[in-house]
Amino acid sequence: MILDAKIPSGPLAEKWDNHKAHLKLVNPANKRKFQILMVGTGLAGGSAAASLGEMGYNVTCFCYQDSPRRAHSIAAQGGINAAKNYQNDGDSVFRLFYDTVKGGDFRAREANVYRLAQLSVSIIDQAVAAGVPFAREYGGYLANRSFGGAQVSRTFYARGQTGQQLLLGCYQALSRQVERGTVKMVPKTEVLDLVVVDGTVRGLITRDLRTGEIRRHVGDAVVLATGGYSNVFYLSTNAKGCNATAIWRAYRRGAHFANPCFTQIHPTAIPASGDYQSKLTLMSESLRNDGRIWVPAKQGDHRRPGEIPEAERDYYLERRYPSFGNLVPRDVASRAAKQVVDEGRGVGPTGVGVYLDFSDAIGRLGRDTIEDRYGNLFEMYERITGEDPYQVPMRIYPAPHYTMGGLWVDYNLMSTLPGLFVIGEANFSDHGANRLGASALMQGLADGYFVLPYTLGHYLAPRMGQKLSTDHPAFAAVEEEVRERQAKFLATRGSRTVDSFHRELGKLMWDECGMARTAEGLGRALERIPQLAEEFWRDVRVVGDGESVNQSLEKAGRVADFFGLAELMCRDALARDESCGCHLRLEHQTPEGEALRRDDRFRHVAAWSYHGEGEPPVRHREELVFENVELTQRSYK
Amino acid sequence: MNLTLYIWRQARGEAEGRLVRYDAPDINPDMSFLEMLDVVNERLIHQGERPIEFEHDCREGICGSCGVVVDGIAHGPLPATATCQLHMRHFKDGDSLTIEPWRAKGFPVVQDLVVDRGAFDRIIQAGGFISASTGNAPEANSLPVGKDVAELAMDAAECIGCGACVAQCPNGAAHLFTAAKLAHLGLLPQGQPERYQRVVAMVERMEQEGFGSCSNFRECEAVCPKQVSSHWISRMNRDYLKAQLFLDRGPEKKRASGPG
Repeated sequence: MILDAKIPSGPLAEKWDNHKAHLKLVNPANKRKFQILMVGTGLAGGSAAASLGEMGYNVTCFCYQDSPRRAHSIAAQGGINAAKNYQNDGDSVFRLFYDTVKGGDFRAREANVYRLAQLSVSIIDQAVAAGVPFAREYGGYLANRSFGGAQVSRTFYARGQTGQQLLLGCYQALSRQVERGTVKMVPKTEVLDLVVVDGTVRGLITRDLRTGEIRRHVGDAVVLATGGYSNVFYLSTNAKGCNATAIWRAYRRGAHFANPCFTQIHPTAIPASGDYQSKLTLMSESLRNDGRIWVPAKQGDHRRPGEIPEAERDYYLERRYPSFGNLVPRDVASRAAKQVVDEGRGVGPTGVGVYLDFSDAIGRLGRDTIEDRYGNLFEMYERITGEDPYQVPMRIYPAPHYTMGGLWVDYNLMSTLPGLFVIGEANFSDHGANRLGASALMQGLADGYFVLPYTLGHYLAPRMGQKLSTDHPAFAAVEEEVRERQAKFLATRGSRTVDSFHRELGKLMWDECGMARTAEGLGRALERIPQLAEEFWRDVRVVGDGESVNQSLEKAGRVADFFGLAELMCRDALARDESCGCHLRLEHQTPEGEALRRDDRFRHVAAWSYHGEGEPPVRHREELVFENVELTQRSYK
Repeated sequence: MNLTLYIWRQARGEAEGRLVRYDAPDINPDMSFLEMLDVVNERLIHQGERPIEFEHDCREGICGSCGVVVDGIAHGPLPATATCQLHMRHFKDGDSLTIEPWRAKGFPVVQDLVVDRGAFDRIIQAGGFISASTGNAPEANSLPVGKDVAELAMDAAECIGCGACVAQCPNGAAHLFTAAKLAHLGLLPQGQPERYQRVVAMVERMEQEGFGSCSNFRECEAVCPKQVSSHWISRMNRDYLKAQLFLDRGPEKKRASGPG
């Protein structure tokens, strides 16, 4: 199959405008005749559902949470990038585009990223109009701060809750449409499969998470805005409910899955404290501006940090990267931490952690200054660990955070399955092999507010009047599969809980397909995952019934799908025999331990297609063409 | 540490519920409260018993999903802390804890510790927004907003919609939730055109949803994980009163008094 990204011709800066000018339109009176099924209500799904509702489409919107306001976009702390150049510091659409392509280690499409940078400015306008209380200067104008991977200040923020405030903006717009009747909101509902009729996605099978009722939904198009799949690692910064079921089911129905191995590990999370740990909490990256990262120079040094003299400490980032020091990019900082822990020099009760020490900064700047800058983070740290970071160094360790990979989409955000659109983190499109800070919110909102509302109309315009009912046999067949699967989970009555399987899978993925990967380790994982999946289907224990709230049953379905995805991630990581961005193959690194790309062989997107249970998936390539940037090797020494 | 838990079990919304005793031995003080419940649930599954259902998602105090009443206090004993951010080190070995769902007429119990908070969504749907359709927006810096106003709006906007305010209120009132959204939008210049229609619509919806009246106990503020201030309720009442005077809504819809 040829992957046609449908990138418009013409100069980079004019592609989107030209494309928009030629997209087909649906006339206002006809929009209400189209039914859109939207899955997910985070920044991408929420903004898209609201915008499509405003335009007059009939939208049915699903989320697994009890309210659309709880989608995990809400947890984004830092901010949102936009090329407004309000600081007069030389920012521009081109510079934001360039930083994003470079930050992604040249594994993203130029045209998509340029469009993202262009739309970034409209997002800020829209959010302000909707009442998002961004930080302001005394003159009343919008404030900015700087963020990793950029030399300009282009990040807009609302305290440490930028994601929350942007999401509430979308949620409120969505709520307005619910009241107007253009959007029907269906919370506490999980999509368990997609229905394909004559090669086109036409519907969904859902389960009501309160009553267990399985329902059919028919539509003219389906949009997945279901977020990322970091929970494949069990411990991640994602919410507990985040899952890959909708995108995985779509893959099994024919949508290609692109770059599944591109997963970002964030360097500054609070370490796990024990084997009961249920999730990892991020501490903002900004802490690395003033904190110094170190571990004991000797292995197995169990003295308290204050008792270890300066000469017996290893400030390993400052030592290895004298010019960037503690401010090296996320992937470099994460790998270095893993390395010292693997050497037996980790700290804390579990030995899996490194110190982030503020004593120098407190000595130099005073406690008040540090409190001003990081007070809320220090408080959060103390709440979770019970330790006072003004007195003892923080302990941090990397955590799976964001997934750049996702369902393959073309420039119109449509997957390889006609009628199936994928937006936000769920698609693969804009971040290449690594995402820069404050870019996730930007992409979710660009897709939802300003891209999908145009491209979806173009798809729908020629499809007026293609009515279909849920009585079509394709719906009955998929519903039957879904019911059988649910029944099997309940009937197995094995000996192990869903969580115990999920933890084991997560640990395996963290060890073999986490921060540093080798052909050997990936081979081991590819052998073990199917065995574990087989054990799961044979020995899982789900108590309770299918006709009420049953979170074990919900989790069983999600974990069952994570097995398949984990395997695909390892295949992709093995096939991508290079290092790039967050994907580090130990076989391919510079003498300093940096990712070494092999542009001659891997300057492409890898998109996998499904060919049935037990059959190996097929890897397709979308070559990446760079006409506007020069490919360079990153260096932070 | 070893704990004794008395947890509300209710198989269905319409079923009878009761407190059931569970022993929770070997609890690590570094666990979060929800991780402690996870451990109890893993043990229940091994014994073949239906695990305890409770709402949770982000587990970092921002999504507003979680929330249980611990010994009579919504979100438990630690101030300004959602249940997911409460850790077991704040309890003592040998403690007995009673764990219940939010209890309010506006939040019917779905199962065990899970309640239906759909009424909050419906209050927002009534008017908790600024009508700015996508594409309408002018250049963001064309409308300066004073830093002090933006900060106040942000204080109110921090509400996570968990419902603890309602659960703790002796009247089951949703005033803090409603007033916080009204303050967020009503303080900003963008929110002025709809300010008075908004307050009437949201207050009326709040009352239709079965929430009680405010009698200034201010228990809501005391348990709010985001420390949203109860003075927004006074602001809501003032705006509601002004709306009665200014809005032409026909005589039959006029009301004699403000909410609560």
